[in-house]
Amino acid sequence: MTVNRIFLGNEAIALGLLEAGCTLAASYPGTPASEILGAMIQWKGAERLPLHLEWSINEKVAFEVALANSYAGRRSAVIMKQVGLNVAADPLMSGAYTGVKGGLVVVVADDPGPHSSQTEQDSRFFAMMAKIPVLDPSTPEEARRFARLAMELSERFEIPVMLRPTTRVCHARQDLVPGVPVARDSEPLFEKNPARWAATPRFRLLLHQQLNAKILEISRERDFQPQLVEGFGPAAEGVKSHGPKKAFRACIVASGVVLAHTREILADLGLSNAIDLYAVPMPHPLPHSFRDNILGNYERVLVLEETQPVIELQFQDHTHVCGRLNGLVPSSGELLPETVEVILRSFLGLPPAPEIGAPAAGGRRPTLCAGCPHRAAFFAIKKALPKGIYPSDIGCYTLGLNLGAVDTVLCMGAAISQAAGFYHAYRSKGEDRPHICATIGDSTFFHAGVPALMNAVVQDARFVLVVLDNSTTAMTGHQPTPASGSTLDGTPVPALSIEKIVEACGVGFVRTIDPYRIEEMIDLLKEAGSYVRSEEGGVAVVIARRPCLMDRKQARTWIRREIRVTDQCVGCGYCVKHFECPAMHLKEEKEPVEIDRVMCSGCGVCLVVCPHEALAVAGESET
Amino acid sequence: MQQIIISGVGGQGILFVTRLLAEAALDMGFSILISETHGMAQRGGNVVSHLKVSARTSKQKAGSPPPFVSPLIRPGRADVLLAMHPDGEVAHGHYLRAGGTVIANRPEPSTSFSVDAAGIALNLESPVSTNLVLLGFAAGSGLLFCPPEQVRATLERFGGKQLEISLKAFQAGWDEGARRTAGGAERVSEPPA
Repeated sequence: MTVNRIFLGNEAIALGLLEAGCTLAASYPGTPASEILGAMIQWKGAERLPLHLEWSINEKVAFEVALANSYAGRRSAVIMKQVGLNVAADPLMSGAYTGVKGGLVVVVADDPGPHSSQTEQDSRFFAMMAKIPVLDPSTPEEARRFARLAMELSERFEIPVMLRPTTRVCHARQDLVPGVPVARDSEPLFEKNPARWAATPRFRLLLHQQLNAKILEISRERDFQPQLVEGFGPAAEGVKSHGPKKAFRACIVASGVVLAHTREILADLGLSNAIDLYAVPMPHPLPHSFRDNILGNYERVLVLEETQPVIELQFQDHTHVCGRLNGLVPSSGELLPETVEVILRSFLGLPPAPEIGAPAAGGRRPTLCAGCPHRAAFFAIKKALPKGIYPSDIGCYTLGLNLGAVDTVLCMGAAISQAAGFYHAYRSKGEDRPHICATIGDSTFFHAGVPALMNAVVQDARFVLVVLDNSTTAMTGHQPTPASGSTLDGTPVPALSIEKIVEACGVGFVRTIDPYRIEEMIDLLKEAGSYVRSEEGGVAVVIARRPCLMDRKQARTWIRREIRVTDQCVGCGYCVKHFECPAMHLKEEKEPVEIDRVMCSGCGVCLVVCPHEALAVAGESET
Repeated sequence: MQQIIISGVGGQGILFVTRLLAEAALDMGFSILISETHGMAQRGGNVVSHLKVSARTSKQKAGSPPPFVSPLIRPGRADVLLAMHPDGEVAHGHYLRAGGTVIANRPEPSTSFSVDAAGIALNLESPVSTNLVLLGFAAGSGLLFCPPEQVRATLERFGGKQLEISLKAFQAGWDEGARRTAGGAERVSEPPA
């Protein structure tokens, strides 16, 4: 008997890619996709697989690296979250035309909810726009199988193929039959063909025609046709053999994790035999024959999919189709199983289920960790540049909004361009304009901040930029950055210097500070603020450098101070409200604040924060 | 068949407890499905895991309910809510079915299935082991699909540097659970033959 092993959905995808003989994978971390490349790195080490893996600087670069490996006839994967595909949209659209030689799987994880993203966009629409196939797994097991099938399909038709899991597949765990990744180091062979790889517009039209032919042919592929789910529908009781489904002329068409919810709920309601259920492994291209058959054979059709009506819109006639277009399925939010139950009951004419709502109060909000250097930096910004406009960016430090030090969060790198935009908006106010202080993390700075900084400088924008450099990509699980100085294999490479990049962008004020030295940081930020307003001034950049406390790979280099609450504490709650350290609690107003010894990191920043000087050092130790 | 919600706040070891129970289920020949919280919510916010344990398809008896395929538990369907933090009871209580049980870590235990797991862990000088105290308590109370001996064996198989203190914490919870339910509550579900 094979002993099953528990796999995270993302590990299952990684295994599927490796089982398909992937030779190169490039990714930029982002929830819910981050663990896919991480798992490949583990396997590569354990099985000594001859493949190149990289955390690329951003998704566009990752896509282009993987695409060229595919041009050279080798199987490749590029992995990202859904908003990453916005960044990589350019090579996706063009790469669909050129096609590939070795298989290329584009793994894009969507986040209905959203749980950890700016949007609920449906990447399957990107697949439609680019005219490439997309597979939509409903479980980790299926995700693994689809990863392999996607690679084979891609290579056979010389077209990039998208694999689109959602958060509930990526972050589900399931017991699966373990597998051994295949070591395949196929010979590179780039065959020159300028009409294809460097096509001018005239040849692009030909490529477009070829792409249309490919996608039509793929829509007829047997392996990817929608299937009647076994054990469901009147067929399960042998009714089908007596002719078309006269008795119950409705069906459900579903894909992704919603399909899994639907299967379970129908079984739970004892309705497995009552209605035909079709599983759609490939929502685009939806075969014409399937659309025609469904519309011809059923009087009512319910389409269940996340997060937008991709399958639904491909039906040529919506008169009898229920889904998002007729409002039966909500147009925003995750299709949780309880939501699916409501929809199913309504569609099947059953009485509504008793409503069991989640409590109205949102529970605990996330916060920066105790001792997080970002908290110190945000506090310093509020002190030195009060009542300012604070554009920020994507990462842990988005949580600076709890501290009132983050006003905007748009997309990767936007903190810098938006700071410039705010400056231009307020420029006419002269000296009366508010402080503008942008914050961006180190990884985000490399990802999309550099072009924005160059632009700000050459457009004569003036603001303070604080690069929150914790020397890692913290939010997504501590992936390395271009400043790390080695590849994933441990090969030493130049460690990129944020200071030098900033200087090369033409910034005249560049200083680095440890945010734990909070008083010095406040002074430095004031100096930066003055520089910005001076006649010769421009953009000022302060690099707040202190490694993430949660990153075990980095040295912990501070004197751990045990903090004591003295009888000076009047219980004003300033530290709890304006510093929000999770190690500090105020049980009741006017009662002295309490410090959680387990949580406290001993950073000692709170000593400076307290307006009553009611915190003192009780002892010091090396960390 | 059992559906368990494991709830708490980021940093309490919710994912670890979920994995441990899932591995124990596998050791017993069950199949599992889990849904986890990752990303920003882990930074001190509410964290919840869904764990669904069912017989393997190959071991399905005729007429028995089909195995789980969805990783999520619907509100009103969980057999057990393991609440590591009082906030979790409030935030995730609605998952519990009628007749289901909350097993709660509370500073002042007020029901037969609540325990000051944090206090017990602190006495063992290992406050981070609160999760294992509560798990031991749940298993020791006989409310889980698996006997405490099985969870302990799985924990031992995990090994690691923290094993000794983990086992101690688990045992302390187990003892407390067994003491409270002396006379013996029946287990919710028997392992498959």
